[in-house]
Amino acid sequence: MGKLAKKRNNLIVHVLLIISVLIVAAPIILAFIFSTQTPAQIFSYPPKFTFGTAMLDNYRTAWNQYHLGVYMKNSFYIAITVTVGKTIVSFMAALALVYFRFPLKNWVFTFILLTLMMPTEIIIVALFEMVTKLGWSNSYAALIVPFLASATGTFLFRQQFLQIPTSLVDAAKIDGAGPLRFAWAILLPMSLNVVAAMAVIQFVYMWNQYLWPLIVIRENSRQVVQVGLKSLTSGQDATNWGIVMAGTIIALLPALIVFLLLQEQFSRGFALSQEK
Amino acid sequence: MDTHAAYKSRWLPWVLLAPTFVILLAFLYYPTFETFKLSLYRVAFLGLSKKFVGLANYKELFTNPDYLHIFWNTAVFAFFVVLFSMAAGLALSVLANQKVSGWRVYRLLLIWPYALSPAVAGVIFLFLFNEQSGIVNYLLSITLGITPGWLTNPKLAMALIIFAAVWKNVGYNVVFYIAGLQNLPGEVLEAALIDGASSWQRFWKITFPLLSPMTFFLLIINTIYAFFEAFPFVDLLTKGGPSDATNILIFNIYRDGFEYYKTGMAAAQSVILFVAVVFLTIMQFRLGESRVHYGS
Repeated sequence: MGKLAKKRNNLIVHVLLIISVLIVAAPIILAFIFSTQTPAQIFSYPPKFTFGTAMLDNYRTAWNQYHLGVYMKNSFYIAITVTVGKTIVSFMAALALVYFRFPLKNWVFTFILLTLMMPTEIIIVALFEMVTKLGWSNSYAALIVPFLASATGTFLFRQQFLQIPTSLVDAAKIDGAGPLRFAWAILLPMSLNVVAAMAVIQFVYMWNQYLWPLIVIRENSRQVVQVGLKSLTSGQDATNWGIVMAGTIIALLPALIVFLLLQEQFSRGFALSQEK
Repeated sequence: MDTHAAYKSRWLPWVLLAPTFVILLAFLYYPTFETFKLSLYRVAFLGLSKKFVGLANYKELFTNPDYLHIFWNTAVFAFFVVLFSMAAGLALSVLANQKVSGWRVYRLLLIWPYALSPAVAGVIFLFLFNEQSGIVNYLLSITLGITPGWLTNPKLAMALIIFAAVWKNVGYNVVFYIAGLQNLPGEVLEAALIDGASSWQRFWKITFPLLSPMTFFLLIINTIYAFFEAFPFVDLLTKGGPSDATNILIFNIYRDGFEYYKTGMAAAQSVILFVAVVFLTIMQFRLGESRVHYGS
């Protein structure tokens, strides 16, 4: 290929990529633009693709009058609790599975892996009956406790531990370090990339949950933000789309920010989960 | 693998495993078992009466045209979501993998919708595709002179939830396909280049077959996504309508279970989905084993 042809090819690739990137981003860009417009501006014909005058008003109304602030607080509480809890629980399980000799180990690992085939969505009916019997309906316990353990998390940490040279644990043992000391002083600092990958995957997953909170939470003031969005679209009077779009922008920001901050770890975490 | 297992203790490993054990047993295994059990019962009067009916719920699932229609919808939805999001994901990955400057930035700008929720995507699409005031119909009316009723026409309503689900999921496929493309053995592609194969030939004769393990893996993950994650799209955009045209299994499980209180029927439908997931997961593990030979 000649130099000129190569340059031309490169240019075509760039143009195609820029178009694709814009198509991917278009719904969010439009949502952001319309989140700044008054109803009159939104319903004007032809529509205006420029920033309107109601940005502060729309965001403030969504946050206060439509209780998005409360929903956001609830979502943060649940997503952070599960992310931290699941990371600790998975770390402990992987520690036992990799660094200990004990009977039935392979059965235990299989027992954990088999739960990959049981997504919460399949068992919602029975799970709801169960949390109701426990007295957990309408409570955060129902949104948190069932998600504190996972095959994915255990598997990720296990993969990471298996890549750490055995000489480290042998050296630690010779120095007289017990398993918990070893885990805290050596294993944890060496697994921070997995902790970060877990954090982004779990936070995004929990933040974006919709079906289960919709079923469990009956009281509006305890609802999470994803389900809260629904109440924005079903207002009594004609939907004020500017406020609704402001609400969606608010609701998508935390997961997006976590993802952008940790995207390298996220990609590496996925790569790790691929290695057998 | 047991070379790592330097420690021995009678109780400590079990203490470390206890939280995982208790939670998985109580909140996944037990409800799964209960789902099977419930699927054999007919529950009436808001859960107050429960009667054992054997396989009657399943019989109704496979004979009642309403339920057959839901199975069909689920298959159509899953088929198109998987097909489009994987094809778009592969095409975008090939583009972003062309060794142009700034490919990292392009990759990031292609994958970020992964972090968006189906609910957010659903609400935004509800606005953009609004029949009277939506931007999409505005653009269609000035270019083609049409204003389709996205939520009133059964076929278009299905197309809309498929489109929303695809848009939300393409990024996920890009993450994996780019990783797959970067792990391809460079020598093979270079040899083909020297042999004078065109880039079109190189893609279909070499790159695509080499990516087939990744394609198969994504096929399974995307199918599971289409089965479960689609609930918010249906709930926010179409409510299963018009006239059940977009009622897919996961939505109907919710509706039977929590709106009509037909718990037994909801459980039976869950079991059907469970069987599908078990089947797909087993395929995925089989593939995981064969892929090791393929890769390096």
